[in-house]
Amino acid sequence: MNVYAYILVMALVTYLIRMLPLTLIRRQFQSPFLKSFLHYMPYVTLSVMTFPAILSETGSTVSAVVGFAVMIGLSMKTKSLILVAACACLAVFLTELIPGVV
Amino acid sequence: MFSLSELKRGMHNGVPILLGYFSVSIAFGIQAAKNGLSPVAAMVMSLTNLTSAGQFAALDVIKSAGSLIEMALTTLLINLRYLLMSSALSQKLCQPTGLSGRLIASFGVTDEIFGISVMQSPLHWEYTLGAMLLAIPGWVGGTAVGAFMGALLPDAVRRALGVALYAMFMGVVLPPCKKDTALRILVPASMLVSWLFTALFPGISSGFRIIILAVLLSGAAAALAPVREGGADA
Repeated sequence: MNVYAYILVMALVTYLIRMLPLTLIRRQFQSPFLKSFLHYMPYVTLSVMTFPAILSETGSTVSAVVGFAVMIGLSMKTKSLILVAACACLAVFLTELIPGVV
Repeated sequence: MFSLSELKRGMHNGVPILLGYFSVSIAFGIQAAKNGLSPVAAMVMSLTNLTSAGQFAALDVIKSAGSLIEMALTTLLINLRYLLMSSALSQKLCQPTGLSGRLIASFGVTDEIFGISVMQSPLHWEYTLGAMLLAIPGWVGGTAVGAFMGALLPDAVRRALGVALYAMFMGVVLPPCKKDTALRILVPASMLVSWLFTALFPGISSGFRIIILAVLLSGAAAALAPVREGGADA
């Protein structure tokens, strides 16, 4: 089968999933439970996506833990996402230079 | 009225997304080439889908010559979490936001762009567009680099860049924890449960794990610590 037929199908499905709620839901939810649910949902999703996936994202668990610690510590001090991301990447890179880590 | 300042703010916060996407999509480009996709096809897939797990899974469907129905179902299941995310964003959009703005912002609902967009209150669609303007070239560019010359990039650099996305997640999630006791419990608890879940059910895909835990844990938090009126936007 033509590879572009596959790509078209997946693009359509993905866009519909993203687009339908954003275009159809025009009102603010009134239910306190629903409001609270949607308030907490991003924190849960982002936390779940980060851990434990980050442990296997780098060359070794050691460098991943160091990078994780750096991003936690810095996030408490600054709101600059760029700074947090750059320092975490640098920490992973430097840790992996230590002989025996990777 | 188009808000240029919101566009710029979105672009500013899109920089770490660009870095993270670039590195992740290099891996995707390499994988796509291994599966016999041409570099152009891999780039078209990245440009039109803008999703990581879904695209990696699609490579398997294509390789095994699956049907288009199979492709549609796989994509639906893996990307279903975007339905939750878009629903949450619908509550953050400033009123009124026109249809065109909603249609454009919809295209950019990825885990990462959602992560920074949902923390805006209210959210201007131009902010999301700004992040997309950096994220999309990062995603497509990395795919191209991976597909054309993936083997040439030093592994150490690629691995280090890979944590950029997670750093951004933490940069978004942690600062509000300082002022909110419920979040201070919920965030580490979510990570712990996610870890246990991954260990107990290794066969369940990450897309499903995210959906299941998002529903269960957010539901539990909403029941135990309902947000007071007006507090949700604090």
